[in-house]
Amino acid sequence: MYEFLKDLDKRWIFLLMFLSVTIPIYIIAKTGKSFPEVPTVLSEAVFQAVEDLDEGDPVLLSFDFDPASEGELGPMATAFVRHCAEKKVKMYFMALWPVGPQMIDDAIARVIHSDFSHLVYGMDYVNMGFKPGNEGVIKVIVTDMRELYTTDDIGTSIDDIPMMKDIENVQDFELVINVSAGYAGTKEWVQYASTPYPDKIKIVAGCTGVQAPLLYPYIPNQLPGLLGAIKGAAEYEKLVVDKYGGDNPDPKYLEAKRRMGPQLVAHLLIILLIILANYIYFVERKRGVSV
Amino acid sequence: MKRNVPLLITALGGFILIIAYFIPATQGWGEVAAIWFDILASIAFILGGGNLLKIHLKKISDKRVGWAYSAITLAAFLITLFVGLGKVGVNPNPLYPDYGLSGHYREIGSPFWWLYEYAFKPLTATMFAMLAFYISSAAFRAFRAKNIEAILLLGTAFIILLGRTFAGVYLTAWLPDWMSGLKIENLTVFIMSVFNTAGNRAIMIGIALGIASTSLKVLLGVDRSYLGSGED
Amino acid sequence: MRREALISTSLLVLGALYLTGRVFFTEHGMGKAYVRAVEVKSLETDPEISWTKYENATQRSYHEAVIKDPDQAVYQFSLSRTLGTWVAALFTLFILSFLYKDNPLYKIAESVVVGVSAAYWMVVAFWTTIVPNLLGKLSPGWIKSWAMPGLNTEAEFIYLVPLTMGVMLLWRLAPKGSWISRWPLAFIIGTTAGIRLIGFLHADFLGQIRNTIIPLVVSSPETGFSFWDSVKNIIIIIGVLSAIVYFFFSIEHKGFVGKTAKLGIWFLMITFGAAFGYTVMGRIALLAIRVEFLLNDWLWLIDPSHARVLM
Repeated sequence: MYEFLKDLDKRWIFLLMFLSVTIPIYIIAKTGKSFPEVPTVLSEAVFQAVEDLDEGDPVLLSFDFDPASEGELGPMATAFVRHCAEKKVKMYFMALWPVGPQMIDDAIARVIHSDFSHLVYGMDYVNMGFKPGNEGVIKVIVTDMRELYTTDDIGTSIDDIPMMKDIENVQDFELVINVSAGYAGTKEWVQYASTPYPDKIKIVAGCTGVQAPLLYPYIPNQLPGLLGAIKGAAEYEKLVVDKYGGDNPDPKYLEAKRRMGPQLVAHLLIILLIILANYIYFVERKRGVSV
Repeated sequence: MKRNVPLLITALGGFILIIAYFIPATQGWGEVAAIWFDILASIAFILGGGNLLKIHLKKISDKRVGWAYSAITLAAFLITLFVGLGKVGVNPNPLYPDYGLSGHYREIGSPFWWLYEYAFKPLTATMFAMLAFYISSAAFRAFRAKNIEAILLLGTAFIILLGRTFAGVYLTAWLPDWMSGLKIENLTVFIMSVFNTAGNRAIMIGIALGIASTSLKVLLGVDRSYLGSGED
Repeated sequence: MRREALISTSLLVLGALYLTGRVFFTEHGMGKAYVRAVEVKSLETDPEISWTKYENATQRSYHEAVIKDPDQAVYQFSLSRTLGTWVAALFTLFILSFLYKDNPLYKIAESVVVGVSAAYWMVVAFWTTIVPNLLGKLSPGWIKSWAMPGLNTEAEFIYLVPLTMGVMLLWRLAPKGSWISRWPLAFIIGTTAGIRLIGFLHADFLGQIRNTIIPLVVSSPETGFSFWDSVKNIIIIIGVLSAIVYFFFSIEHKGFVGKTAKLGIWFLMITFGAAFGYTVMGRIALLAIRVEFLLNDWLWLIDPSHARVLM
């Protein structure tokens, strides 16, 4: 066993990883069953932050991610838009990443156009689009949004959009929801928006697994709630679907829950690989082989 | 002149933003500096594209090894640029149907959208998906429990990997209520909100001091590496 | 080498056979895309002009529309989007083929992504910032005449400064005189340094010190003394302080300082273990969505959102 493992071609490991993701996806899609989710404190904090909003409150949704992280963040974006639409708040979309507007388009098409088609663009939701500059953008819009956003994403002048009438800057929003894949993202929103204006700007966020541990120090003073990785997305989805989903929720609102199946199997594979790696290490140490 | 003026510009740009933070009356200057920064950031994208054009054209003209792939890169670049800048196949804005370029550059159904949806998106997403394979290979090769620190790292990793899935819930579901703190999912929350927070907080404080020191060195002209080698 | 070539060729042949079988010898086929034609009319113009835009539709909605009215033209099969799905699937497989061996198909896919992404970012920067925020501010009349007919602002000539700096930045590409680009670069570096100095000191230095000043003994009038919350706070404070002592390299790590630094390392190791766990979680989700695309949108082997009716 030691000899077999020591010389194992890494391509067998790649194949194992591929199968550990593919087979659960196939089985879960065919059977319609997935593992149950129990929300944790942080997901509940995010859910409550949106639940506490009143009808008509302005909410800024900043989608700072691209297709590379859509696996983790797509379900979060869908759940956020759905929750905001159910709460009947006014949604203002923007992005700090160049491909962010495509993610906004996808979320709007998936949720608003298909299930909330009564919402009117310009009155209930607006897509402000992308501006380059990363934290430079945040720095400007916390005091004056109209300097940078002279038009919305499609090219309509800001003055012609009814829901932009009372919005001068980010401090006019009741809540900022940020879905972030890296730089520029939640960290920059915390540094340049919620920290300088703690009483005016409240931020909740969903982020990738890589970022999540790095954002914990900001909780709860600068960042009241955080959805970390696909698990956070699955927990938040459960909370939204339990409250608004009905008896037969649409499968598109349970995407993250379905993805927890391959997560579990792949995690077990990683644990097994680490154990096997240490088995090799201890056998070599026992034999006195220099590692 | 070639090096002193840039140093002055660096200092001016940086200190205006710092002063704008502390003196509300100067906030407008800070905003102007930030807006100019954002415009330059967008021109930097054009610089990136231009640089790509320059490098690959040179590779093709020198007929270096792999120049055919450079030709493919350039073809993909020029086609995307043409359909995107020219808003090819994009319908006009319904309010201004006489203006062919008034439509939205990302309109669904346009060639630019097609290139994003069926080339850019699957390619970038799959590039990143490859990391899952590399992490499994790394787990098999690199993570050895050689000393107590490594054991702490691996032990924590195991708890997090199990605790963030149903496997952890299932494994410790048998624990009685008074021991619920030892259930893996609760241990995970404890590790993240206590140990991880403490460790990352210390790292953050260290990084913040490092950034402050590097920024000051740049603004005061002590660190001039961004000006290049100074040959011209 | 021969073994690898044999395996690659066999996989390609088997794959091609399977795809041919699935496309031509199953009733429903695979990897097809459908659209819904929507008429868009111009607003407030005389005469009225209209055109058609095509939104994504599911195979289920197409099937149901055809059953209702076989001659309907609203829901259609889309050749361009079907080809696109196949192109996307093939690109996905080309990239994944690198895991077996570096090969020309992977290199082609890599070349395409480099070219398309660079151009994509240029187009986005042009239409979202250069046209409205630079040229639109400098010469609104000109921009109004061809790009943004709804624009109604006055010219602001101060924007000549960023325009000039932008041209200087592009001088970097010139064979001579690339020192000119140092001026706008210096501005970018200076403003970044200025923004970050404040941001990091406020949120990451002062903010984190403030967040660490938490009660060692947690008690409230309603619940009384809370043992576990107090323990948590004490561990956080000890953890932050001991990890900071570890980073203090100008004192020798001996004696009490050494022991505290050792404790700090242990806290940091737990932090890194948590980071590794979360990183694994993140990476696997990215692979999961690609596999879902291949099995769902391309091969039509699964249908979690009930988008298809397969006879």
